[in-house]
Amino acid sequence: MSTRSLQIGMEFDGYRLDEKLHTGGMAALWRVTDLRQRHLNKPGMENGVPPLIMKVPLLFSSDDPTAIVAFEVEQMIMPKLRGDHVPRYFGAGDFDAQPYIVMEMIAGESLRSRFEKAPLPLDEVVSVGIKVANALQDLHRQHVIHLDIKPSNIMFRHGLAVLIDFGLSRHDRLPDLLDEEFRLPMGTGPYISPEQVMGVRNEPRSDLFALGVLLYHLVTGERPFGHPTSVSGLKKRLYRDPIPPRNHRADMPDWLQEIILRCLEVDPNARFDTAAQLAFLLQHPEQLTLTARAKKDQQDGYLAVVKRRFKAVGADLVLQHSVSEQLSKAPIIVVALDLSHGSEKLAESLRQITRRMLQTEPGARLACLTVRKTSRIGMDESLIQQGENIHVKQLVELKHWARPLSVSSDKITFHVLESPDPAMAIIDYAHNNDVDHIIIGSRGSSALRRYLGSVSAQVVAEADCTVTVVKNNEK
Amino acid sequence: MLLALMTDLHANREALSACLAHAEQQKVTRYAFLGDIVGYGADPGWVLQTVMDYVGKGAFALMGNHDAGILQEDKGDMNPVARQAVEWTRAQLSAEQIAFIRALPYRIELQDMLLVHANAWAPDKWEYIDGVMEAMRSMHACKAAITFCGHVHMPTLYHMTLTGKTGEFLPTPESSIPLSKQRRWLVIPGSVGQPRDGNPAACYATFDTDSQELTYFRVPYDHDSAAKKIVAAGLPASLAARLLTGD
Repeated sequence: MSTRSLQIGMEFDGYRLDEKLHTGGMAALWRVTDLRQRHLNKPGMENGVPPLIMKVPLLFSSDDPTAIVAFEVEQMIMPKLRGDHVPRYFGAGDFDAQPYIVMEMIAGESLRSRFEKAPLPLDEVVSVGIKVANALQDLHRQHVIHLDIKPSNIMFRHGLAVLIDFGLSRHDRLPDLLDEEFRLPMGTGPYISPEQVMGVRNEPRSDLFALGVLLYHLVTGERPFGHPTSVSGLKKRLYRDPIPPRNHRADMPDWLQEIILRCLEVDPNARFDTAAQLAFLLQHPEQLTLTARAKKDQQDGYLAVVKRRFKAVGADLVLQHSVSEQLSKAPIIVVALDLSHGSEKLAESLRQITRRMLQTEPGARLACLTVRKTSRIGMDESLIQQGENIHVKQLVELKHWARPLSVSSDKITFHVLESPDPAMAIIDYAHNNDVDHIIIGSRGSSALRRYLGSVSAQVVAEADCTVTVVKNNEK
Repeated sequence: MLLALMTDLHANREALSACLAHAEQQKVTRYAFLGDIVGYGADPGWVLQTVMDYVGKGAFALMGNHDAGILQEDKGDMNPVARQAVEWTRAQLSAEQIAFIRALPYRIELQDMLLVHANAWAPDKWEYIDGVMEAMRSMHACKAAITFCGHVHMPTLYHMTLTGKTGEFLPTPESSIPLSKQRRWLVIPGSVGQPRDGNPAACYATFDTDSQELTYFRVPYDHDSAAKKIVAAGLPASLAARLLTGD
């Protein structure tokens, strides 16, 4: 059956084609009805089967052999994906008859519609950055690098970013069908990372580069590397740095320029280690260490570019590591501290454990946090002022606690959370910041514990990451 | 059908027992033993008898070069260590078991799958598939969509497009791989009885013919006992040592 012959009302494999939603370069999208209702009683369908779409590759109208392999890749990878940041997969049709993928329809428009309105307000750009970085972290955690992040591949649902189109993606634990097949760079001209241009398809931070391009465009309305279509045009980004965003937009904050230019670094090691760290710093810009990038107001000089160009000729960008390796090399570790009087011994034990952890995980980032318990009722001015003083005092104490660990300033952050419920504050913080590991002290059997309940026990029970509970070792 | 693919058992009772128990937990419905049932290890009788029992219940079994070696008379071309091992092994087997080996086939076709010990171009000549070129040669030499093959002890997956472009993939254990019908595949599960990739755990794979999903497994087993038995049997100590390191 040829793709061109598909028409409204046609049925195959028990799916009826209801409406053609879109025809792209490589595939057409149809809204379909599952006449056999085969997904009705499956787990996760308690609230009914969502509206479905069918993606049908345009194998016959395309001269591009990538289209076939890309569809094969998507058929392999999509069934493996889970969670809020990808469309749910419902089934696929074989190449023997009519190839297709049936998936959940994500309502609304892609980021493309906002993209056309760029430059956008700063708040919106930052919010998009956080959402996409969170989605990327979730994808990377599932061993997948997207490798084609661009506005038309980003949708939104319930305030979260949903990534679509995995035709160029790479799954760590599946054969890379594209790598063997094609020697030309695969990606989309404006967004493709320097290492992808060189044929590297196993670098998760390629997705951070693409996100950097996207943020640059959203904030300035300009493309940092233009829209090259030739390989030599694509290679230019290996040595030519983009015009600093500030030149396009006067109200560009230093920290946001720092973040965007860091995403756009040629060397993946100079970018953020993980999408989680990028999301984290977009949410806590005050914790960012600014470098010369922050204030940069012109492109690098001629000599620097020529030097880089020479280097690029013999560029050795073959970085062999997997997504999971990259993620596990740069975990986010939270130490939750109670700095109240009488906890000095416990704080010392926590520091010992933290030190050991940092020795085995030198790429780790440490977030030191404490929770200031606030009352549930409103406060008057004097109490607020008093609260601010305490806040500053606790920050000072956190830094004092961490000083003996000698962690470099770009790998450590400090946070005083305010909440009536310390355990929930820690749990929420860990969830919102993609924390990998919480280290927390247990007060043992003090009078305070009877009064407060056990914070550590609740964190252990409810946090969605690993928790280490440290006890006061008084033996 | 959930097919278990076990190859290069090499008379390793501990490794085979562990893999069979593991496969049972996976709810395997059919077994295929891709040759080299004996040789190197200390339990040829038990391992061969186990394979014979499984074949009696519908399993497939193939001839490997070590199995064929048992049948050959020494024409003086074997090195002394190998000859000593072959003679020792033959002495452990009953006439019925030797007759079973004699009847083993070199290739089995099953739906669109081909089972061989060494390769598809000359299954009885024992040339190795140790790279992309040999994998291509093997896939070109048969019509099967999927070839399962032993002989090489390193778990590997090769895939080839209709235009002959071939790729190589080192699988991650316990992570299922859907084998697209759009291309051809050559599956090397790795050795049950003598792993050689630096990991002493036994290798095998399962293939679900309905979902087309291939899964490689690594099964830890009591390699200390298996190694001690090799030494106790008077077989070369190097054969015991490599079980401990998986080299």
